Amino acid sequence: MKLNNSLQTLVNPLSKDNPVIVQVLGICSALAVTAKLQPAVVMTISVIAVLAFANVIISLLRKTIPTSIRIIVQLVVVASLVIIVDQILKAYTYDVSKQLSVFIGLIITNCIIMGRLEAFALNNRPWPAFLDGVGNGLGYGIILIIVAFFRELFGSGTLWGYQVIPQWWYDAGYQNNGMMILPPMALITVACIIWVHRAKNKDLQEN
Amino acid sequence: MENFNLFIRSIFVDNMIFAYFLGMCSYLAVSKNVKTSFGLGIAVSFVLCIALPVCWAINTYLLVPGALSWLGERYADTDLSFLGLIMFISVIAALVQILEMIIEKYLPTLYNSLGIFLPLIAVNCAILGAVLFMQQREFPNAWTATVYGAGSGVGWLLAIVCLAAIRERLTVSAIPKPLRGIGITFIITGLMGIAFMSFLGIKL
Repeated sequence: MKLNNSLQTLVNPLSKDNPVIVQVLGICSALAVTAKLQPAVVMTISVIAVLAFANVIISLLRKTIPTSIRIIVQLVVVASLVIIVDQILKAYTYDVSKQLSVFIGLIITNCIIMGRLEAFALNNRPWPAFLDGVGNGLGYGIILIIVAFFRELFGSGTLWGYQVIPQWWYDAGYQNNGMMILPPMALITVACIIWVHRAKNKDLQEN
Repeated sequence: MENFNLFIRSIFVDNMIFAYFLGMCSYLAVSKNVKTSFGLGIAVSFVLCIALPVCWAINTYLLVPGALSWLGERYADTDLSFLGLIMFISVIAALVQILEMIIEKYLPTLYNSLGIFLPLIAVNCAILGAVLFMQQREFPNAWTATVYGAGSGVGWLLAIVCLAAIRERLTVSAIPKPLRGIGITFIITGLMGIAFMSFLGIKL
């Protein structure tokens, strides 16, 4: 039973309770970093790390934080974690960090993090909170990677920077769809994912 | 003139919502009717107008390498730029707290209709985003930063009011079931974004 519960916390956010397309949290960064696959993956890993550790720390502190100042405390914890991630990225993957520009800093204001801290970490023990953090981070990452996959494939004909559309397609008249690189197409791609997802899960549909 | 150009550009070309997707969470959640979204837009613009010059001053006089030289020779090469994120977010959170008290006192109806989203302006990415862009672009003085803040705020206001107006009409249209609610809102925002791209390259 106990194992089942932990498994549920980990697996639920992947589809049924997905943070991006069901809870509608953390849209900003989900859309902005998805023009290419590589920044999307780096962003996913950063968010998982920040979310999991922030969840654990807040969960450990949950009995000592006064409710009136909890938002400030949460912000400080998250901001410190994000500073660490930012410095690590600058040190080891400088190019990607340049591409992500302000969006690493914006993990602080990513609603997924605040939302999960408020909804889960404040009322749960550290271990489930950690699993919840990893699960939600992965759920966020799945959407990011799907969107980035389609945008990079159709927009620049590459995946992870490697050419995948063969040259003879271009010779035969195939062209990259420049639209996919533009920001608005990210929204429409996410809308299509939501469409497919809700068509399969009828109980999520709104009236 | 240059500032006016920056103002117009930050409203239409570098629009927070359509070009950078900043502040999407409250943008999607509060845009159900025009009146509330107008109130939130004003609040966000107000916070942006104050937060940007304050953060500009903090960045220039405390954080960038060599900024502490006004304290004396000893501090001439201190680099505190890694503290940026934590300083900015605290300034924004404090400002929002003050704004919340003012609105609660003088505009109770708006206070009630904004509900939870008022304190959440503190974690509205549009504000931290604008501050970080300000830091990245290295604006020459506090006035330019204020103009940029005002422009971004007005741009955000414009976007949320337009979306709310469209969504009010949507309630009577036939939308495929799985797209209802959030799905169609995404598509509309995407289309509005494409429309806004026609402002690209505008110069005054």
